[in-house]
Amino acid sequence: MSSVQDIEIRDSAARAAQAAETLSDVTGDRMVLNMGPSHPATHGVLRILLELDGEVITKAEPDVGYLHRGDEKIAENMTYTQFIPYTDRLDYLAPLANNVAYALAVEKLMGIHDKLPPRCQYIRVMCAELARISAHLLGLGAFAMDTGAVTVFLLTFTEREKIYNLAEAASGARLTTSYTRIGGVARDIPPGWTVMCQQFLNEFAVALAEAETLLTRNRIWVDRLRDLGIISKAMAIDYGLSGPNLRGSGVDFDLRKNQPYLCYKDLDFDIPVGSVGDCYDRYLVRMEEMRQSMRIIQQCLDKLPGGADNQSHEPVCIVDGKITMPTKSKVMSSMEELIHQFMLVTEGVNAPPGEVYFGHENPKGELGFYINSRGGGTPYRLKIRAPSFINLSILPELLPGHMVSDVPVVLGSLDFVMGESDR
Amino acid sequence: MATPEFIQKILTQFGDAVAGPVEFRGEWSLTLAEAGRIFEVCQFAKLKLGFDFLVDISSVDNYGADPRWTVVYHLRSMKSGEELRIKTNVSEEKSELPSVLGVWRTVNWHEREIYDMMGIRFTGHPDLRRILMWEGYPYFPLRKDFPLAGKPTDLPGVAFARPAPLEGGPFVTVAGGGDATGREPRVRNPED
Repeated sequence: MSSVQDIEIRDSAARAAQAAETLSDVTGDRMVLNMGPSHPATHGVLRILLELDGEVITKAEPDVGYLHRGDEKIAENMTYTQFIPYTDRLDYLAPLANNVAYALAVEKLMGIHDKLPPRCQYIRVMCAELARISAHLLGLGAFAMDTGAVTVFLLTFTEREKIYNLAEAASGARLTTSYTRIGGVARDIPPGWTVMCQQFLNEFAVALAEAETLLTRNRIWVDRLRDLGIISKAMAIDYGLSGPNLRGSGVDFDLRKNQPYLCYKDLDFDIPVGSVGDCYDRYLVRMEEMRQSMRIIQQCLDKLPGGADNQSHEPVCIVDGKITMPTKSKVMSSMEELIHQFMLVTEGVNAPPGEVYFGHENPKGELGFYINSRGGGTPYRLKIRAPSFINLSILPELLPGHMVSDVPVVLGSLDFVMGESDR
Repeated sequence: MATPEFIQKILTQFGDAVAGPVEFRGEWSLTLAEAGRIFEVCQFAKLKLGFDFLVDISSVDNYGADPRWTVVYHLRSMKSGEELRIKTNVSEEKSELPSVLGVWRTVNWHEREIYDMMGIRFTGHPDLRRILMWEGYPYFPLRKDFPLAGKPTDLPGVAFARPAPLEGGPFVTVAGGGDATGREPRVRNPED
């Protein structure tokens, strides 16, 4: 079914002229300013074409796609398990949360998402919440640095380092964690991890309070953020915003509460919401989310089935040879396990035909996976709903009317990551 | 599982135009026979049934089957938390369906992305340009007949101006194979 299509590509001069035409209403007293793609305040490769009247923005045109790697195409060409490392590289500030989101989506397709062993669920929740703290810390540090408060950045990076150490201890990698597997996690947390985690929580509570004293009631910070970049409730819903950006506008919606997955139902935590929907509200929501994440991790540490060193040998994976890998010693000594391992490596898990969508409350918002399966170990189509992509689509509506110097503040408050936006 | 009320309402409103409903893993899907009525259905879902949040729009390339394209809309009601998936098929000859930009404003970038990746056009979209690929890129890379390794081309300014080093060779995974055996390069005869 191939078809021939004539494509006309004009030379670069003609294309430049056409590009100039896209900002058609450029008149004599307006100026077009190109911001990015590599600008310190765009945190990644985001380019924004700003049309200015003096210092006031009259039109903003974000240009994304500089980091497009074709993750959705790649996913169609490999087994479900093989795609896990690619999810590390979506929102590379919270790889653990992406791993959890993806594994849950595939498990939903397989119909095993409610059969996960309790210890696995608690470990996954701790991972997701640590990732949330880590992502918010970076967002906060970079946000504060863009507005001139460099000290906060150093504070938050010290704390992020500890989270990286925790991720490394659990998964073996600091950034490219690939910690989850379809049906569980790659391995149990090592001995002493809970002690490390508890120590981090204790220290982090102090550091967060310190960061807060530097910012929350800081006159310059408040003046800079308040009543800036206001997103109304209706607008936030209409533009499909999610995560702290949606809640900052006063919409009480969090997938952990509204569509509870894993063991979130058994945990006690609150969802902070903003009232005005300005940059300051989004900042406050993120600060409070970090505190709530601490609460969640603390409860997980206290309630962890099997305890710190898992004396009772609680499983961390669904024990089913057709879903998760058998232990290596069994593979070497037993025929059935050898066959299971061979099938899992070559064909992958045998997912049923069907289609599912699973949305996970990621640090940046709702990270969703739509999986269209025709059966077998490979997705026929995998669509990633990237929260950063959708959160950015509000910029043409949000930026006009603001000053050029406000752009870094608005961008910082939206807290996006281009690796996820461009996929 | 009992059919939810909102599904019944859509069925009564649109009758035979809507097929399904199909339930899988607790999610409800409806298939709209006529892609041309998608705006009408979405507007009804938003205004009358409270589906005020568009979660996502995806597209599927049913390569080799007719109609070739499926466009999938995921709707959510913020108030009740209900979710609904509406699917509609578009033939390859037509490759066109109405934009739902008038219903939710978030649609803008979703539809641009689908146009960019699959080449499905949305009529009534004011600014249907490529979004992830660059302006002037000649292919639609998420189509099943677009190879994973890219395509050789003589066009200037396109990334894959030369064949990928091992393309077509014995150690390169074949895109689009149904299972690992089909894709696995080592089982293929290099002469094939």
